[in-house]
Amino acid sequence: MSPLDAVKAAALLLLVAPFQVSVLSSLEVAEGHPDALLVLLVAVALLRGPIFGSLAGFWAGLAIDVATLAEPLGLSSLLLTLVGYWTGRLGEVTSRSSAHVPLLAVALATLGYGLGSLIVRFMLGTAIPASQFFVAVLLPTFALNILLAYPLYLLVRRLLRPPVHGGREVSALV
Amino acid sequence: MAPVRSQPTARISVLDHPRVRRPDGSPSRSGGILTARLVAFVLVLLSLALVTISFREDPDGVLHSAQRAALSAITPLEAAGERVARPFRDAWGYVSGLFAAKAENERLRREVEALRQQAVENENAARENEDLRALLQFRDGPRFPAGYEGVATRVIARPPSIASSQEVLIAAGTADGVRVNDPVVTEDGLVGRVAEVTGNASKVTLLVDQTSAVSAVVLQSEAAGIVRHGPSGGSTLVLDRVPKEELVREGDTVVTAGWRTDRLESLYPRGIPIGTVTGVGQQDVDVYKRIQVTSLADFDSLAGVIVLVQARQR
Repeated sequence: MSPLDAVKAAALLLLVAPFQVSVLSSLEVAEGHPDALLVLLVAVALLRGPIFGSLAGFWAGLAIDVATLAEPLGLSSLLLTLVGYWTGRLGEVTSRSSAHVPLLAVALATLGYGLGSLIVRFMLGTAIPASQFFVAVLLPTFALNILLAYPLYLLVRRLLRPPVHGGREVSALV
Repeated sequence: MAPVRSQPTARISVLDHPRVRRPDGSPSRSGGILTARLVAFVLVLLSLALVTISFREDPDGVLHSAQRAALSAITPLEAAGERVARPFRDAWGYVSGLFAAKAENERLRREVEALRQQAVENENAARENEDLRALLQFRDGPRFPAGYEGVATRVIARPPSIASSQEVLIAAGTADGVRVNDPVVTEDGLVGRVAEVTGNASKVTLLVDQTSAVSAVVLQSEAAGIVRHGPSGGSTLVLDRVPKEELVREGDTVVTAGWRTDRLESLYPRGIPIGTVTGVGQQDVDVYKRIQVTSLADFDSLAGVIVLVQARQR
């Protein structure tokens, strides 16, 4: 993990978090919203692995919780840390050059984050009916995130250059 | 001194080979996974700690203060983003508002249609209620035939071939004590008789049907005859078989005769109004008078009827 990558990713997520809560969250389709922060986190975790993904998730969650003055602080961090970790693991076990991996990762992350949010809401006593959540909230959010997956993945890939050890080398005497 | 030959090396690129140890001494793959898990675990613990502290802390506590301070730092970014995106958001809101208005319009149209339907149904129910109340008054009044009980019911259907047969279906059957040939009346007068019965419905042949015939008398003169369907159809009947010497005038009331012999009995009890004489004529060649009777019951708008069931029948 290069420090420059970490700074770039942190800055990106920190900039997108306010944009997410002030702009994207008001673009309502049914009751769902595009979640660019989640998609960016998925892209970062896919490209940089689970450690980077976990840290990025924690940071993104913190940014969102701060930007929305969420009560209690830390719930988004908890969920996005797990999303970042598992997406990073997915990136490790799949071929990153495969075209469908970003789509698959965004789909799984959206579902996982949605379910996690539902469970947390249930635990806090603010749950909405599951049928309404799945149909009115999660389904449109899922579709919008899938639409965002490729453009944002390409953006993050451009921002975070391939790791130095992407082509690992060994020296051999001839 | 012999020249020292350089030792050429070749660099072989091994892409993502798990078994190759990294040259910089970084951990192996399994070690990397372990580290990743450890980092994730620590971050999860940190998040839970934040949640716990945030829950337990006063609103003026350190964490909340830090959160507010951080928000103050982010707020300009939020405001700037909101300002830049406002035109797009407004456009989006306008478009989605149009869709929402369209859907709302459609929903309201359906609601208006349903309410209109409901209003019609209510009006029908009120009219039916009025008819049934009139029937009940008739059933409980002094004009109701003695020895009979009334089964008040609704007309539920008219067969489509109404031109050839004058029949209706009513919502009372054997379960209500109704039998074949039971008389059917309204508060105005005779309607017909039960032709077929099922468990909870019956078919009634109306007085204006071609097959109907009722022994009747003119109330004022006691002139007896048989009421049949008229030649012009509709609610016009004829009183047939009245001898020419009998005195019958327009406006006289025709009621059921209700005759009885030792072995036979009329289907209809005596005194049920049938109609009013609206025309009387006779010719020298005729044996009987030609008497036109307009029925008292309105066969075109039958809604509720009473089936006269003999008291012992139930």
